[in-house]
Amino acid sequence: MAADPVLRLEGVHKRYNLGLPSEVEVLHGIDLELRRGEFAALIGPSGSGKTTLLNLLGQLDSPTAGEIHLLGQPTRQLDDARRTRLRGEAIGFVFQFHHLLPAFSALENVMMPRMAREGWPTPALVAEAKELLDAVGLGALAARRPMELSGGQQQRVAIVRALMARPALLLADEPTGNLDTRTADEVFALLRRLHAERGFAVLVVTHDPRLAERCDRIIELVDGRIVRDGPRRPSPVVLGT
Amino acid sequence: MRRRWFEWTLATRLLREGRTQTLLIITGIAVGVAVIVFLTALIGGLQRQIIERTLGTQAHIRISAPEDVARPLREEGEAVLLSRIDQRAQRLRSVDQWQRLEQALAEFPEVTAISPLVSGPALARRGEASRAVVLMGIDPERYTRIVPVPDFLVEGRWRIVGNDIAIGRQLAEDLGARLGDRLRLDTGDGRSEVFTVVAVFELGARDLDARFVYMAMKPAQGLLGLPGGATSIDLRVREIFAAEAVAQRIAGRLGIRAESWMTLNSNILDALAAQSMSTNLIKVFVGLSVAFAIASVLAVSVVQRGREIGILRAMGTGRGQVLRIFLIQGALVGLLGAALGSLMGGGLLGLWELLGLARSGRGAFSLLVTPSLFFGATVLATVVGMLAAMAPARRAARLDPVEAMRGG
Repeated sequence: MAADPVLRLEGVHKRYNLGLPSEVEVLHGIDLELRRGEFAALIGPSGSGKTTLLNLLGQLDSPTAGEIHLLGQPTRQLDDARRTRLRGEAIGFVFQFHHLLPAFSALENVMMPRMAREGWPTPALVAEAKELLDAVGLGALAARRPMELSGGQQQRVAIVRALMARPALLLADEPTGNLDTRTADEVFALLRRLHAERGFAVLVVTHDPRLAERCDRIIELVDGRIVRDGPRRPSPVVLGT
Repeated sequence: MRRRWFEWTLATRLLREGRTQTLLIITGIAVGVAVIVFLTALIGGLQRQIIERTLGTQAHIRISAPEDVARPLREEGEAVLLSRIDQRAQRLRSVDQWQRLEQALAEFPEVTAISPLVSGPALARRGEASRAVVLMGIDPERYTRIVPVPDFLVEGRWRIVGNDIAIGRQLAEDLGARLGDRLRLDTGDGRSEVFTVVAVFELGARDLDARFVYMAMKPAQGLLGLPGGATSIDLRVREIFAAEAVAQRIAGRLGIRAESWMTLNSNILDALAAQSMSTNLIKVFVGLSVAFAIASVLAVSVVQRGREIGILRAMGTGRGQVLRIFLIQGALVGLLGAALGSLMGGGLLGLWELLGLARSGRGAFSLLVTPSLFFGATVLATVVGMLAAMAPARRAARLDPVEAMRGG
């Protein structure tokens, strides 16, 4: 029996500059479903609409037409407060640049999403954050500020932070794009391990064909349309610029 | 408080991280607050001294006999085409039934002291010297509740009975009189008497010290030709700035002439009001510059922290939380600036007192320093800080997380 859909897109369109001569449609009727436990890659050339789609999936933006169901809940009509709450509870983000808060330690950065929600670092929350940092080998560096960590360590902290909210969906935008090959492999392996342990859905947006080929499912977007959606192929694919 | 821990922590950390900016803005606020504290204490002290000097030598309200007015005589039906009415010369008159009036005045709850007075002009002579003076026939004990003359004595004792008089230091110098000397007081119409100087006072107003001669009521009534009379009744009221309202109420209810110190010294009050207005204007402009300084620093901070705000929003931080983070920053820099400014202002005031700047010369006055001054400045700076943070805070709260992260 198939797992529950975490995310379901029905005929999603996104237009910018509505009503202006420069009005442009970036996404043309996207239908997509992502189920719990899936590990998918979203690929496509520059300007294909990947970032726009990612923002819609992450509830950072809303579609012009169509509907996005997150955990079975339609989201298009949600006001900002509800959308923010849902985003905080259901989605974890990992960006190309770690976006850690420089004024806070690694541990505090990890706790940040839950503190925003719960308002207070309870002992249970601190213990959970420490446990997660231990799990990615950063327990000893919990008190360090981001600038005292290497690029790979920073990105691992960012991954742990994304998982602290216990999300059903992890959206990773070029998560290894800013790392050298060895570190990138380590970070990606970590992502796969955590996914296997926790069972959340992952969507990795990437330009890197090596990375995409290590995902279970590849969704290819070209000119705002999904042109391919299926399991990875054994042979390398030619990706956009 | 637990609910707001997140916002407080973010706000304090962001302030701590931008240490130089934070210190600069706190210093700016502190200078503004110090100026306000110092200026308020200085002007307050000066105004208090002016009022105390004014009221130290006069009653809050004076009840006096109505002035003589010339009325044109007109026959019924006859039109007056042109008339010139000359002012009548004012003669000394007693307040009608002043003893009964005293009882009526005592029923006003705002009135704290009542003292009848008989006063009029006279000539004081000693040997070849003579000076025009004002006789002040008083009940010495009751009068001191209106004007504390004993506090101003430089020689002798405030014990005026029979033909004893107390004179000002300037008059004593002009006439070459000392304690125990005898002066002749002449009010014209053949009325003159010899009095003994038992006290010399210095009220601090040269004119009063050169002209006032205090004596018991009875001899003054005799000299001024008003046996049993009182030319005025002096009153003291509980609240000095309510004097005018009380005077109007007395005049309205008792149908007599009652003038407050505020009417008699309207020029001083106008000057004080103008001074207060200019002081308040300075405070407003200092407050505005502090507000703009806070707003500009926080606006820059919002731009600098765009990426961090974006990631916080992406992680589920609400607009309200972001708004509060920046409002708290505004309030905190306001509060810290006010605390430092109060210390600086207090230090300046201490230095002022220490150097004796306020005590040198005849225009000496003490600064008006009250806890409410510092408390008020602190509350004001904190509120100004929060208000100034409002615009940048709203901007931060409205930031689109996608744009914010891209901008970073």
